[in-house]
Amino acid sequence: MSIKGKANIVGIFEHPTRKADDKSLFQLHAECAQGALADAGLTKNDIDGYFCASGDTPGLGALSMIDYLGLKLRHWDSTDTGGSSYLLQVGHAAEAIAAGKCSIALITLAGRPRTEGQATGTAPRAAAVQSAETAFENPYAPATANMYAMCAMRHMYQYGTTSEQLAWVKVAASHHAQYNPHAMLRDVVTVEDVVNSPMIADPLHRLDCCVISDGGGAIIVAAPEVAKSLKRPLVKIIGAGEAPKHQQGGQIDLTYSGAVWSGPAAFAEAGVKPADIKYASIYDSFTITVVMQIEDLGFCEKGQGGRFVSDGNLISGTGKLPFNTDGGGLCNNHPSNRGGLTKVVEAVRQLRGEAHPKVQVANCDIALAHGTGGSLGTRHGAATVIMERE
Amino acid sequence: MQSQERKIQAPVPNLETKAFWDATAEGKLMVGKCEACGKLHYYPRAICPFCFGDKTELQQVSGNGTIYTYSVMRRAPIPYAIAYVTLAEGPTMMTNIVDCDLDQIKIGQAVKLVFKPSDGGPPVPMFTPL
Repeated sequence: MSIKGKANIVGIFEHPTRKADDKSLFQLHAECAQGALADAGLTKNDIDGYFCASGDTPGLGALSMIDYLGLKLRHWDSTDTGGSSYLLQVGHAAEAIAAGKCSIALITLAGRPRTEGQATGTAPRAAAVQSAETAFENPYAPATANMYAMCAMRHMYQYGTTSEQLAWVKVAASHHAQYNPHAMLRDVVTVEDVVNSPMIADPLHRLDCCVISDGGGAIIVAAPEVAKSLKRPLVKIIGAGEAPKHQQGGQIDLTYSGAVWSGPAAFAEAGVKPADIKYASIYDSFTITVVMQIEDLGFCEKGQGGRFVSDGNLISGTGKLPFNTDGGGLCNNHPSNRGGLTKVVEAVRQLRGEAHPKVQVANCDIALAHGTGGSLGTRHGAATVIMERE
Repeated sequence: MQSQERKIQAPVPNLETKAFWDATAEGKLMVGKCEACGKLHYYPRAICPFCFGDKTELQQVSGNGTIYTYSVMRRAPIPYAIAYVTLAEGPTMMTNIVDCDLDQIKIGQAVKLVFKPSDGGPPVPMFTPL
């Protein structure tokens, strides 16, 4: 069974807050749900499916969140793959709708890492959780930044990628963020600004890293007949793919991500090629994340990602592959340290023609949203979603 | 920048990994070996991650390896080098590069095994440039 054309994205919402020191986590989830329902023109009691990631919904799986929201459901799923969870959940929601298990599915994300003062990227992991690998990794102080930095270091060694090429990813994001009044960082930066910013973990500089922000978002996925009864532009899901990648028993290769599997699966289901994609939301936890995923999704040859992103090639209006026109995680928003949901939101805005006029892609009929959650340096879940305007 | 000693989080051995950590206390680094498929794996497991064979054993390695990749964490109270080292026997493992100038570390560099004390647990295998 394919999900192609079996479900639509009918509602989206990105919480405008970037520092929620006056709201609880559960309240943020609920406000995001309200926002997406309003966008769709639906009400709470229409929801019969709920999808989230257990990592940002404290309690047993999704149960506390479902209780707080007061939902009556036929289907739910709280699979957590880190920041890519919400991309994965769009696919899972489409599967459930295609199978008749629910017809209107709500997906929410929220978090307050900025208010809580988390040193998200640089603090080593705590010993609290003992997974199978913990004893073999935690003594070495893996953080988020140095794990991605090791991918960048190897990419540079193996393919000749440069810091200046990585910087172009941030430059493009900043060009888009200047038009987003909610973006945390709205100043346009140059390649020099990026490579001259303080070194965090060699070879990644401060401006190679995404922002830390509070906030959240929500998506509503619904059956096509529901979508056609609403007043919003029609955006249908035509392909989805997901794949875990891990350390492979010690046969470690950090030059590629799980997108080498999730991407082709999504393209095959959608029946489209990378060249057909008019706009791409690509998870940008760090600049290297974008370069690797662009290669793995097939937008360029392996190892050519640095060259591909250079010279403004990701900037809407001038570049070959307009990406993250909201400013992405690098400039706009990375709520709960999880960037997957906002990737879908901006792709839907593009397909509806509701992106900022300065960054709206002309005739945007097919868009892709992709992310990896967890860490490219150890274990991660990749998820790809391809959507089409009807 | 010369590397400095930092407090190392203690590994917590469990029933499956106790023998590995007992060996580090004797100055030995072990990897997993599967009797069925013959492949070496890391970290060591009771069940082979390649073929699900349930007869695995620990095999001592030479302690020689090369740096696959690394990063110096500059934003830490005491900067340190995290790395993946590919052992001469095949598997690649997460580790630290220690007792060296952090600015001179390179991918492909030959390294050898050393052990560093952890904060209340068994010693931890790390590597230093030859």
